[in-house]
Amino acid sequence: MISGFTALYIFMVTAFAGYEIISRVPVILHTPLMSGSNFVHGIVLVGALLVLAQARGTLELTIAFISVVMATSNVVGGYVVTERMLEMFKSKGKE
Amino acid sequence: MELVSEVGYFIATGLLILGLQRMSSPRTARGGIVWAGIGMLLAVVVTFGYPAHSYSLHPESVVGLADWRLGLIVGALALGGIPAWWSGRRVPITEMPQMVAIYNGLGGGAAATIAAVEMYSGHAYLTGLTLPIIAVTGAMVGSIAFGGSIVAFLKLQGWMMSPRFPGRRAVNLILTLAVLALAVCSIFPSSASPFIRMPVIWIQTIFFIVAVALGVLITLPIGGADMPVVISTYNASIGLAVGFEGFVVHNPAMIIAGTVVGAAGGLLTYLMATAMNRSFGEIWLSEFGDVALATGEGAPRTMQSMEPSDAAATMAYSESVIVVPGYGLAVAQAQHKLWDLVQLLQNKGVRVRFAVHPVAGRMPGHMSVLLAEAGVPYDLISDLEEINGDFPTTDVALVIGANDVVNPAARTDKTSPIYGMPILNADQARQVFVIKRGRGTGFSGVENELFFGPNTRMVFGDARSVINQMIQSLREL
Repeated sequence: MISGFTALYIFMVTAFAGYEIISRVPVILHTPLMSGSNFVHGIVLVGALLVLAQARGTLELTIAFISVVMATSNVVGGYVVTERMLEMFKSKGKE
Repeated sequence: MELVSEVGYFIATGLLILGLQRMSSPRTARGGIVWAGIGMLLAVVVTFGYPAHSYSLHPESVVGLADWRLGLIVGALALGGIPAWWSGRRVPITEMPQMVAIYNGLGGGAAATIAAVEMYSGHAYLTGLTLPIIAVTGAMVGSIAFGGSIVAFLKLQGWMMSPRFPGRRAVNLILTLAVLALAVCSIFPSSASPFIRMPVIWIQTIFFIVAVALGVLITLPIGGADMPVVISTYNASIGLAVGFEGFVVHNPAMIIAGTVVGAAGGLLTYLMATAMNRSFGEIWLSEFGDVALATGEGAPRTMQSMEPSDAAATMAYSESVIVVPGYGLAVAQAQHKLWDLVQLLQNKGVRVRFAVHPVAGRMPGHMSVLLAEAGVPYDLISDLEEINGDFPTTDVALVIGANDVVNPAARTDKTSPIYGMPILNADQARQVFVIKRGRGTGFSGVENELFFGPNTRMVFGDARSVINQMIQSLREL
């Protein structure tokens, strides 16, 4: 699907995009943004689900199961913590 | 179905990036996490709807609707999701840094275990050399970051101290070389077997174990102001690992989102290291704690202490006060009380500002979040460069539970392990009040000259009770 140099190009452009996204961030948002980007790499859950959905045999199933558990923690925990941090900014803005 | 899932991943990826972009501005930040959340949900739903998408580990055994493995998947989602939701909801704001560290580490573990299935099943080795290289590299980065993040969590939680043993640097070097060698063996499993008389699966397993151990060992000695940089580094590297495993499972959403986090997190790490005037190598290779132990010598000196009521009265009759918050404020959960105190002072005509060091607390921006929670307006909060010139013309610097970020040794003492780190020049204020629980040293273990200064008065006690007493005496004035 994605192969060879296409992959390299995607990698390069995406890296630049990530760099640009964060380059104007104020210090006040550093912790929430770190937490938010932690949530975003929770997309690893998709990969874990794909693997578990096709796994075969005890070993593969066990490892893939652990993988989904860990990835889900990353997603759910990351979202809850980030949301709580940003909630404070909202209540502040109203005052 | 193929097209639906293709479009679904495309929209989900867009939402994730858009969310991240919105999270980098205070106005839109709250919406940002919701956008990203919707993107994530969409990606998961699409994966459920079409688990065969472009990926074929065992295409003939894709899970079906009436399959017991579907229960396994739902069980895994519940087992991971419910504790994370519960712990994320109930942790106090002070413990959020370690929660970020642990959720982050689990993401790294997930990337590594995806690679593990690919390697054990042999699927990663079917086509060419590119895929094994990417899979193993992602596995290595993910495993190291997993081990390191768990240690960061345990240390911040206070469940683990820094054990010292001689020759740690040599051990780390050997382990690093071992991980690299095992990685190469895992990339070329067939050509490794003539040299190592061991089934391939054992080589791969040892590779994972040693990589996790390396992450644990390199993180153990790191402490103090360096910890935020460590967590940020792991966040960025796990992003990369996720991107790599995205190539392995042919999933564009993982590739793009992972790489964006890798690049953004890398820049954030660099910004933080720069703020501390420390290079990457210094943070990861210096034996921070060991040097600190050697510097606590010299004649015993006395700290001059003061009652909270006297300190409050002095502040009430001064013109300007700069508050320097630190980790002690977060521990005592005194941010709301502090804001009450500041408002009382403002009513008496005192000009009060907050000076926030970029690495005060245990994470970058930790103090900003804490003050925002208490309702302190942004415009009262200044960062290092803005406010450092104002200390000499300020009547009182009120240091609350901060230590290393106001230690003048960073400017003067070349032997100090924190020498060269930019600090808030609180010692240059006409008077310095330091609220501190005890006489001990800070997280880094470095003695602080500021506490012995001629213009410094120590107000001993828990930040919340001290501030309460100050508020009491201000009301009585």
